[in-house]
Amino acid sequence: MSEVENSSSGRPAANRRLAFRLALVSLFFTGFGFAMVPLYDVICRMTGLNGRTNAVAMPANKNTQVDTSRWVTVEFLSHSMPGVGLVLRPEQFSMRVHPGAIVHTNYVVKNESGEVFVGQAIPSVTPATAAQHFQKIECFCFSQQTFAKDEVRTMPVVFVVNPELGSDLGTITLSYTFFEAVKARV
Amino acid sequence: MANEMADDASHGAAHYQGGMLRWIQTTNHKDIGLMYLIFAITMLMIGGAMILVVRLELFQPGLQFVQPELFNQLITLHGLIMVFGFAMPAATGLGNYMLPMILGAPDMALPRLNNWGFWILPPAALMLVLPFFLGLMGIGPGAVDTGWTMYAPLSVQSGWGMDFAIFAVHMLGVSSILGSINVIVTILNMRAPGMTLMKMPLFAHGFLMTAILLITIMPVLAGGVTMVLLDRHFGTHFFNAAGGGDPVLWQHIFWFMGHPEVYVLLLPITGAVPHVLSAFSRKPTYGYRAQVYGMWGIAILSVVVWAHHMFTSGMSTGSQLYFMYSTMLISLPLAVLFFCWIATLWRGSLTFETPMLFAIGFIVLFGWGGLTGLVLADAAADPQYHNAYFLVAHFHYALYPTTVMGAMAAIYYWLPKWTGHMIDERLGKLHFWIVIIGFNLTFIPQFLVGLAGMPRRIPDYPLMFTEWNQLSTIGAFILGLSHLIFIYNLVMCFRGGKKAEAKAWEGAEGLEWTLPSPAPYHSFETQPIIK
Amino acid sequence: MSGLFRVCVGAAAGLGATAALAAYGWQFPTPVTPIAHETLHVHNLFIVIALTLFFTVLGIMLYSFWAHRKSRGHQAADFVAPKSRKQWFWVLLPFAGLLILDYGVFGIPAYHAVLMYEDSKTNADLVVKVTASQWLWQYEFPAEGVKFTSRLATPREQIDNEQPKGENYLLEVDNPLVLPVGKKIRFITTSNDVIHSWWVPAFGVKRDAVPGFLREFWATVDKTGTYRGQCSELCGKEHAYMPIVVNVVSQEEFKTWLAGKKAPAAVLSSANQVTGVANGK
Repeated sequence: MSEVENSSSGRPAANRRLAFRLALVSLFFTGFGFAMVPLYDVICRMTGLNGRTNAVAMPANKNTQVDTSRWVTVEFLSHSMPGVGLVLRPEQFSMRVHPGAIVHTNYVVKNESGEVFVGQAIPSVTPATAAQHFQKIECFCFSQQTFAKDEVRTMPVVFVVNPELGSDLGTITLSYTFFEAVKARV
Repeated sequence: MANEMADDASHGAAHYQGGMLRWIQTTNHKDIGLMYLIFAITMLMIGGAMILVVRLELFQPGLQFVQPELFNQLITLHGLIMVFGFAMPAATGLGNYMLPMILGAPDMALPRLNNWGFWILPPAALMLVLPFFLGLMGIGPGAVDTGWTMYAPLSVQSGWGMDFAIFAVHMLGVSSILGSINVIVTILNMRAPGMTLMKMPLFAHGFLMTAILLITIMPVLAGGVTMVLLDRHFGTHFFNAAGGGDPVLWQHIFWFMGHPEVYVLLLPITGAVPHVLSAFSRKPTYGYRAQVYGMWGIAILSVVVWAHHMFTSGMSTGSQLYFMYSTMLISLPLAVLFFCWIATLWRGSLTFETPMLFAIGFIVLFGWGGLTGLVLADAAADPQYHNAYFLVAHFHYALYPTTVMGAMAAIYYWLPKWTGHMIDERLGKLHFWIVIIGFNLTFIPQFLVGLAGMPRRIPDYPLMFTEWNQLSTIGAFILGLSHLIFIYNLVMCFRGGKKAEAKAWEGAEGLEWTLPSPAPYHSFETQPIIK
Repeated sequence: MSGLFRVCVGAAAGLGATAALAAYGWQFPTPVTPIAHETLHVHNLFIVIALTLFFTVLGIMLYSFWAHRKSRGHQAADFVAPKSRKQWFWVLLPFAGLLILDYGVFGIPAYHAVLMYEDSKTNADLVVKVTASQWLWQYEFPAEGVKFTSRLATPREQIDNEQPKGENYLLEVDNPLVLPVGKKIRFITTSNDVIHSWWVPAFGVKRDAVPGFLREFWATVDKTGTYRGQCSELCGKEHAYMPIVVNVVSQEEFKTWLAGKKAPAAVLSSANQVTGVANGK
């Protein structure tokens, strides 16, 4: 056996080429990792998974048939994160609605922080499969809300439960959580 | 031949100045493989020492030795160190040392990249544990303390030990990616002429799939921890509902990496163990093709089952059903592997030297780990097991027999090739039996205490869990002791022992066994032709 | 190989003895909800099947170690694959069995169990909102306007080993959640800070509490009694110190308790800071 260095002329170059391509694969998956963020958002919005409802107003569709054969119970909850000086309360805990009917209700907010407060309400709907069928026409969650010191405000929510809601769903719960408004929305 | 051997020996010596500089500059796969293994075993001992402190605290209810803040750091570092500091570098070390010899290649495809890939590791490990030691001295909030899963928003809330951990994870990821690229190029481009892909030993198949998985999943983890860093310091809201984000997104990103990761830990061992079984059965590997396809089946399925770690996070019915059924599917290719391993043994001519004992131990104990995975896959039953000690016991039965015992089987098997000596078989067997006793004594009680309702990641617990915890702690110290025996065996084997033949084990087959023991510094400079 | 056998038998005997001696918990607690009954049944079925599979295969291997060992003079065969139709049948049989086990024996009951677990069909009799924070639980009956916190009641001295530990060490709270027996209760969880998880083993339910989002699950408890659980998602330094205690009582007792909670101004302003419990050193 001779001690010949075994590098056929093209070998190191071929190795480098393949290595470069594999590095590109890694780069692609780094991008994929970041792409998971908007992908997740899109999938949640399309499927309503994770209780996400529409973040912009849905136009009221006057042609939707109201399904009078069926009642759905809608419950209203509220939550303020610690340190948020807003007290949020729904006017009523629950109501029975027909799918397809446009429904009005109110939340009452009291600013107990002792100063001007800018808040952002984040909605969440459970069960998650109901979320895509819970369409908000008017909602104080669509934008940041500024409250003067000691202000008490009644804030309407107008929504419709889509008649396509699965027949196995009897109760939907909507909750708003007030956070301090962030400087910039990501 | 003798002249050549002398040349090789002097070649090694002539190139390098002296001790440290040689190791820093080396591009030789045997040197680098050895460094990876020494690093890995060091990390095994550190991660092990940390969990022994944990088990000491868990010996009795009440807080005796550590406060919860320190406890949370210990369990987190244990997990991160064992996965990223021990298991992956150990596999990389094994691969680096053996792949060229098994493939009949002179070295890895990209030797300098190989060197860089290794030398990233010690600084990364330092970054990870430095805040821990600083914290002990009263400087700073301590190391990362969120569990190795680093769930948001806890990770966003944590002290700057988390930032160090993020950078460490980046570095560990880069090292892993570089090593994996090297493995893939070596296997695809450097096989001896005539060794087609379906003729190459299973060891290489295991590493090929592992490396391909790694270059796809490690970047995703890097992206995820970067998002955590951005949320922590740059006002972003990836994982914060206030800004339109979602904590559960982190779980998806982490487990998209985390689940294939556990198969990354498994596949090199499923590649190595058939070598050991075949050698000590004196029988060819059963079902070569079946094992290759089985391993590929596991690798591909591993990427689409991640959310079985998230059953309690509030998933839709459809998602739960999908992830349950897809997870159960993995049991099929795994069963193929088990069948083939046992069929390799069946009607062989069996002897039970140390490597064989560890390989058999792996099959038996990992088998139990896999079986307990089935009931965890049941999305409706999983809440009773999830984040309780049943889960901890399950994944230790899956991970320890694989990454530790499987690696030990491979190391004991190839040690004669590396050192030129045989180990003291009595000490090897002693090591094995102490592992069996220690490991089972540690983790069987954990199944039981988990069923009784004990959550994980707690330093203190209600009284009814006491007795099982005490048994588990005793087992853990016995298991810890076994690692000292292991290190002793390794050191003694490097220093001396019965001279090893080229074919150190009677039934061993493969190109590496045609080389002398110890293998020369450069081997297969001229590649053999495979018929 | 007799040495191997001896050790295995000895270990099994040792563990068996320990288990027998143990009046200590080693199994799910008595189930008191439909899903807990179902889960216990599935678990027991699985354990029996898994142990049978495990010991059967182990037995086959141990037999092989004895019968096929070189020291007994056994010569190695050289087969690497099934050859005849008959061999293929015996090779494929275990996989068919595994498929049936996975998707039939486990898979079919699991399907029904998941649907039961996620049942939103039948309306609940009662809604409880569970808010997790670092490190306590807050319970609210939104329809009745009742809200209160539930904190660990075990004194710090017991944790620090300065006092002997009480029987319900780490499983006792100042204000337990009280629920009526036999009614379907809908739980809605959320969190004030990081992810926590609500778990009562006897109920067979565990659900994460995610900040900014709602999660829900249901339970109908079929027996009165006191049921205890613990937070099940690492949430910081006092993760071990935020237990859950539920008193399930008759409908009348529940009504009385609820009225009692309403009367004194028990409704807390949600702007209150919730602080940690034990004084960490």
